[in-house]
Amino acid sequence: MRAVITVVGKDMVGILAKVSGFCSEYSANVIEVSQTILQDMFCMIMLVDLKACTVEFSDFAKALQKSGEELNLSVHVMHEDIFNTMHHI
Amino acid sequence: MLNTKDILETIHMIEDENLDIRTITMGISLFDCCSTDPDTTCTKIYDKITTYAKNLVAVGNELETRYGIPIINKRISVTPISMIMAASGGDPVKYALTLEKASREVGVNFIGGFSALVQKGFTKSDEALINSIPEALAVTDHICSSVNIGSTKAGINMDAVKLMGKIVKEAAEKTADRNCIGAAKLVVFCNAPDDNPFMAGAFHGAGEPECVINVGVSGPGVVRSALSKIPDGDITDVADVVKKTAFKITRIGQLVANEAAKMLNVPFGIVDLSLAPTPAVGDSVAHILEEMGLEQCGCHGTTAALAILNDAVKKGGTMASSHVGGLSGAFIPVSEDAGMIDAAVSGALSIQKLEAMTAVCSVGLDMIVVPGNTTPEVISAIIADEAAIGMINTKTTAVRLIPAIGKDVGDTLEFGGLLGSGPVMPLSEISPAKFINRGGRIPAPIQSLKN
Repeated sequence: MRAVITVVGKDMVGILAKVSGFCSEYSANVIEVSQTILQDMFCMIMLVDLKACTVEFSDFAKALQKSGEELNLSVHVMHEDIFNTMHHI
Repeated sequence: MLNTKDILETIHMIEDENLDIRTITMGISLFDCCSTDPDTTCTKIYDKITTYAKNLVAVGNELETRYGIPIINKRISVTPISMIMAASGGDPVKYALTLEKASREVGVNFIGGFSALVQKGFTKSDEALINSIPEALAVTDHICSSVNIGSTKAGINMDAVKLMGKIVKEAAEKTADRNCIGAAKLVVFCNAPDDNPFMAGAFHGAGEPECVINVGVSGPGVVRSALSKIPDGDITDVADVVKKTAFKITRIGQLVANEAAKMLNVPFGIVDLSLAPTPAVGDSVAHILEEMGLEQCGCHGTTAALAILNDAVKKGGTMASSHVGGLSGAFIPVSEDAGMIDAAVSGALSIQKLEAMTAVCSVGLDMIVVPGNTTPEVISAIIADEAAIGMINTKTTAVRLIPAIGKDVGDTLEFGGLLGSGPVMPLSEISPAKFINRGGRIPAPIQSLKN
């Protein structure tokens, strides 16, 4: 399955490195990344393939959310289908 | 690649605007549980429910994590128990206790189907079940009961209307020490749908398959927020925005329904595309109407605004789902909607206006707290009025009134949780007793002759 990771929070050095490092640790393959900075808010969206992920999806999502919280970042990990379904016919 | 704006919109709907899946409801047929002995029937009912619904809650929780969207309730609806106990007889409360035990075992929020369909008349077991409703709802926590007393095809069973006035009152009296909660778990229908996933009126109709997954969506907060972005749009724009938003909400319902059905290996039934409010701030249908331009819900114009909302929700939702059913539309339960509560407290919203609103909303007079000394005949007359609206307009209508025992206008009944709190609303005290006590049947209307 493929999941969308969104990260929103105050911009700081190393957010992209941290999240992609986390993904590689669990063998989640990053497919696409887009990021913008609105004023000083950092907003990143990452599409990852979890086919080879070493842990269950729920554990992966929980662990990533937790490490986001430690940096004061709001992190969501959701199956890509929820976005495809809602916005594409 | 997915559009960034779309992704953030979805997350914003879930995080800030209370978008959720209100319920995954598994419908289970109990016909094969019938036997000639009540104990055997109850054992079969318990075994069947706990087998079929064993993984329901776990699957709901898994989908919640996978899609990042809250799934508030996992519920079960069963074949109307009056049909099942027709063969085995015995004390109906025994069947309610069996359902209660099964619901605790599988961990669902509610089981609906302690029901009887009596639009044209009573069978012996219908009568026994209805008379046991107050007791059954007092000794259980997770059982919901419904009685269908009329339909466009059959007319209205006025003997049942009369009886239900008494039963509603007794259900409140028997649970007077628990905020009269019994009456909040009982709904009286006209044109009850067979596949409704929402409580208290869910049951698994006689024409339904062995087992089925029905899903109810929600999201009044999302609709309101979308409307707040077009403060100067005309009514065409308003209807269009509601339609588009309902489409998006329903798509999520369809996705969850498909996946739940697949994981549970049960066919998908319907998506009920309802706007179901909760007492939480930002989750109110009344506030949508106010966003359209009403100073407060209940003023003149409310019926028209609700009609626009209800129709646009259906239009948007229908396109988004392969099978639509249940109640589908905008709910207006007073105690479960922060805006309705405020309007009822301030006097802006009266029972008369609510009755008019039910002609264009998805269900009927819902979660309305009335004075504790209201007579059974007045409750029956309210049921008759509401059923007449449903019968003539070929729509589902329902009544869920809570007589607040020991309380009067000015007092409030606090249920807590999703059921919220309701101010006691004044009713007309002029007596309809003679009309109600006539009994008999209101003949099926000319609208029924469609063949």
